[in-house]
Amino acid sequence: MLFIVIAFLVISLLFYVLFGGADFGAGIIEIFAGKRHYQTISKAIAPVWEANHIWLILVVVILFMGFPLIYADMSRYLHIPLLALLVGIVLRGCAFTFRHYDAIKDQSQDWYTFIFRISSLFTPLFLGMVAGGMLVGRMPVTMADGSFYSLFIAPWFNLFCLAVGVFTVCLFAFLAAVYLIGEARSEEETHTFVRAARNSNIALVLAGGLVFATAAWEGLPLVSLFINSAGAIAALVLATLSLPLLWVALVRKHVVASRLLAGFQTLLVLGAWFWVEYPVALRYENGKALTLFEAAAPAATQQQLALALIVGSLLILPSLYYLLRTFKKPVRV
Amino acid sequence: MDDLLAARLQMAVSLGFHIIFACIGIAMPFLMAASGYRYLRTREPLYKDLTKVWSVGVAIFFAVGAVSGTALSFELGLLWPEFMEHAGAIIGMPFSWEGTAFFLEAIALGLFLYGWDRLPPWIHWSSGVVVGISGVASGIFVVAANGWMNSPAGFDWVDGKAYNIDPVAAMFNDAWFTQALHMTLAAFAATGFAVAGLHAFLLLRHPNNLFHQKALRIALTIGAIAALLQPLSGDLSAKDVAERQPAKLAALEALYETSQPADLLIGGIPNDETRKVDYAIHLPGMLSFLAHGDFSAKVIGLDAFPREDWPPVLIVHVAFQIMVACGGILALMSVLFLVLQWRKSPWLFKRWFLWTLVVISPLGFIAIEAGWTVTEVGRQPWIIYGIMRTADAVSPMPGLVVPFLLFTFLYLLLAFVLVWLMYRQIKTLPDRYASARLTSNAPTQLE
Ligand code: HDD
Ligand code: HEM
Ligand code: HEM
Repeated sequence: MLFIVIAFLVISLLFYVLFGGADFGAGIIEIFAGKRHYQTISKAIAPVWEANHIWLILVVVILFMGFPLIYADMSRYLHIPLLALLVGIVLRGCAFTFRHYDAIKDQSQDWYTFIFRISSLFTPLFLGMVAGGMLVGRMPVTMADGSFYSLFIAPWFNLFCLAVGVFTVCLFAFLAAVYLIGEARSEEETHTFVRAARNSNIALVLAGGLVFATAAWEGLPLVSLFINSAGAIAALVLATLSLPLLWVALVRKHVVASRLLAGFQTLLVLGAWFWVEYPVALRYENGKALTLFEAAAPAATQQQLALALIVGSLLILPSLYYLLRTFKKPVRV
Repeated sequence: MDDLLAARLQMAVSLGFHIIFACIGIAMPFLMAASGYRYLRTREPLYKDLTKVWSVGVAIFFAVGAVSGTALSFELGLLWPEFMEHAGAIIGMPFSWEGTAFFLEAIALGLFLYGWDRLPPWIHWSSGVVVGISGVASGIFVVAANGWMNSPAGFDWVDGKAYNIDPVAAMFNDAWFTQALHMTLAAFAATGFAVAGLHAFLLLRHPNNLFHQKALRIALTIGAIAALLQPLSGDLSAKDVAERQPAKLAALEALYETSQPADLLIGGIPNDETRKVDYAIHLPGMLSFLAHGDFSAKVIGLDAFPREDWPPVLIVHVAFQIMVACGGILALMSVLFLVLQWRKSPWLFKRWFLWTLVVISPLGFIAIEAGWTVTEVGRQPWIIYGIMRTADAVSPMPGLVVPFLLFTFLYLLLAFVLVWLMYRQIKTLPDRYASARLTSNAPTQLE
């Protein structure tokens, strides 16, 4: 049962990155692509953004029901970046909805747009910092005799977490750009999104390098973890090898292939990272780690959680498919 | 401000904000579906427009409800990590089902809002109904989790740790049913009267407007039925509280001394020092009857509990009086409306009746906020009744007043923008929908 729950946790997280991420990324792309494309972007995300965001709620629920110790320690020591994440989620969702539904389109649109874009940018940054904070190994072991800085700032305020944050921003922008190519409504727009995809892809690779570099700087054995895992190396090699394929697909403006390849690469990179860390969920200052198994709730709880998740997905997946099929028939340009 | 107080206030502000959107998300889809049903049956364009107008309202409020709810699911841990560390495994179950309900709700809403021209009419309509059903389900699940805090079940508590966890027993705790019933009815009553009040206000400005007349009838019918059942369900809740949380019952009735029979107090200001209630009206024996169904039953007072286990009596008592007063007014108006409706009386659209509707339109939501104050403040000093104290559950992070102020500011701002947005929606209604310009003496078919 525990493994079913872990599988759902990982899949929900991955889907949140792929779908919710593309959604955040659309806001980031808007910053760079400019006002002209706002209609296309709005239209592409309006029917699906709420469904896309429930993956995050699922992650949180699985965490606090299935792995309450992880949820509690994250809440304690990563309070500040989580708070920033929440403010971003609230502002972004509201600004987007208000912009879409305001019956009178006047200069208030500029305000909504401004808030939508800013929060699309900083929310993924903090999401990445939270993820980094879980693994960087700065969480105190106990509350006793720690300063405010060592307890609530140091766990996430460091170069590694920042690099993971930047990586997340680049990843989301990249996913959005690839996704938006299929939604473009003019030759010129397709061109803009292809360019955005290329630029964010380059930024993404650089940010990935930054993550490894800062990990070494902070004394994290990330590189050696990867090197010692054949599976992880294979995944990274495969991801690198498929990069040229992706570029070809982008240049040819092949919507389905580029979407699949972008998703595949994300899966490989995140999967490899999860694989080398597994089953560690949190790292502490003294080198100890909290694993998924240690943090797991009792068997009776896991059983109910797995049941809810399985029955839930039997209800959700067909309806989600129906939703996406209704609104997202890919168009070839 | 000390950290515990800041955390409690932040929780209260966030939940008090979220609950408004949750209630609209529960009840509004049914109003929308009722109007949509009329449209599919009669093919009058007016009902189609009304459905669309309401569904835009649902969409806006749903989005704010969704993001504030997401914030809540993190805040539970951010503010009460100690609580969630122990309670998560026990009450996660309703939340995990709630997740499914949200998902279906969001998907169905997407289909309904954007599927007008893409889906077959009845499938489209059903997706609207699914929005409502999932909304009701998610409300029931989350209230079941809250019921567990009032009436913990499904575990053994030994030396500060939970053993023998049984999530199913925890979910179906003693409080879940009465609370979920009362809450669901509250959502319909509050939303029904609020929407009716809005359309009544517009009718005052545009007399005989057919669009608002139809809207008012649908909203008020649904609101009135719920508001009539509300006091009955409230009575069940009170009997239930008397069984499982006698300290809360004593606080909400401001009963300082255990009495047999016990008087029901109307109004009054409780004074913890003198243990007396000033300026209250006494109804002899009524409390015994309301709490236990017997005019001479014994009702436990606050004197049966150590002083440090008392909830804040003044807040709980006043909040309870406010809820019951609102409930009484709404129930009376409901009777009046149903009689007028049944007699097909022209009074329904008379100015005095419309004005009354406008004036009482916020009462349902006021009652909801007051009712939650009764439930939550009445549980104090416990976060899990009889098991864990709120003071022991709070986040260790100092300076919690900063996030509290931040969230309060954010929510105030959002509330302000929402009101403004609604105002702009309503102002432009006649320009966007032809049927919003119809009057009841003009022919109804327009297209
Ligand atoms: C439209 C809203 C509304 C109205 C008109 C009423 N209530 Fe209520 N009440 C609520 C909305 C509400 C609520 C907000 O929904 C609460 C908070 C927790 C809950 O389960 O329901 C609640 C709680 C609540 C509780 C505490 C339950 C608990 O702690 O478990 C009692 C005893 C009552 N109510 C009793 C009444 C009575 C006797 C009413 C007579 C008219 C009444 N309520 C009207
Ligand atoms: C601790 C308390 C609560 C938590 C953690 C919580 C959590 C959430 C979350 C995560 C969402 C977003 C889901 C979405 O995108 O649709 C949400 C929305 C919702 N919640 Fe809550 N909630 C709480 C209290 C309540 C209560 C008391 C009710 C109702 C009785 C309620 C009913 C709803 C409904 C109906 C929605 C859908 C939003 C809408 O239609 O506007 N919630 N809640
Ligand atoms: C949406 C309607 C709700 C409202 C308006 C509400 C209101 C409040 C208020 C006023 C407090 C502060 C009480 C005090 O400290 O004196 C509070 C505390 C709290 N509520 Fe609720 N509540 C609601 C529903 C829920 C639900 C559904 C849950 C959980 C499943 C919940 C969990 C909590 C927790 C954990 C606290 C903090 C601990 C405590 O003060 O006991 N609440 N809420």
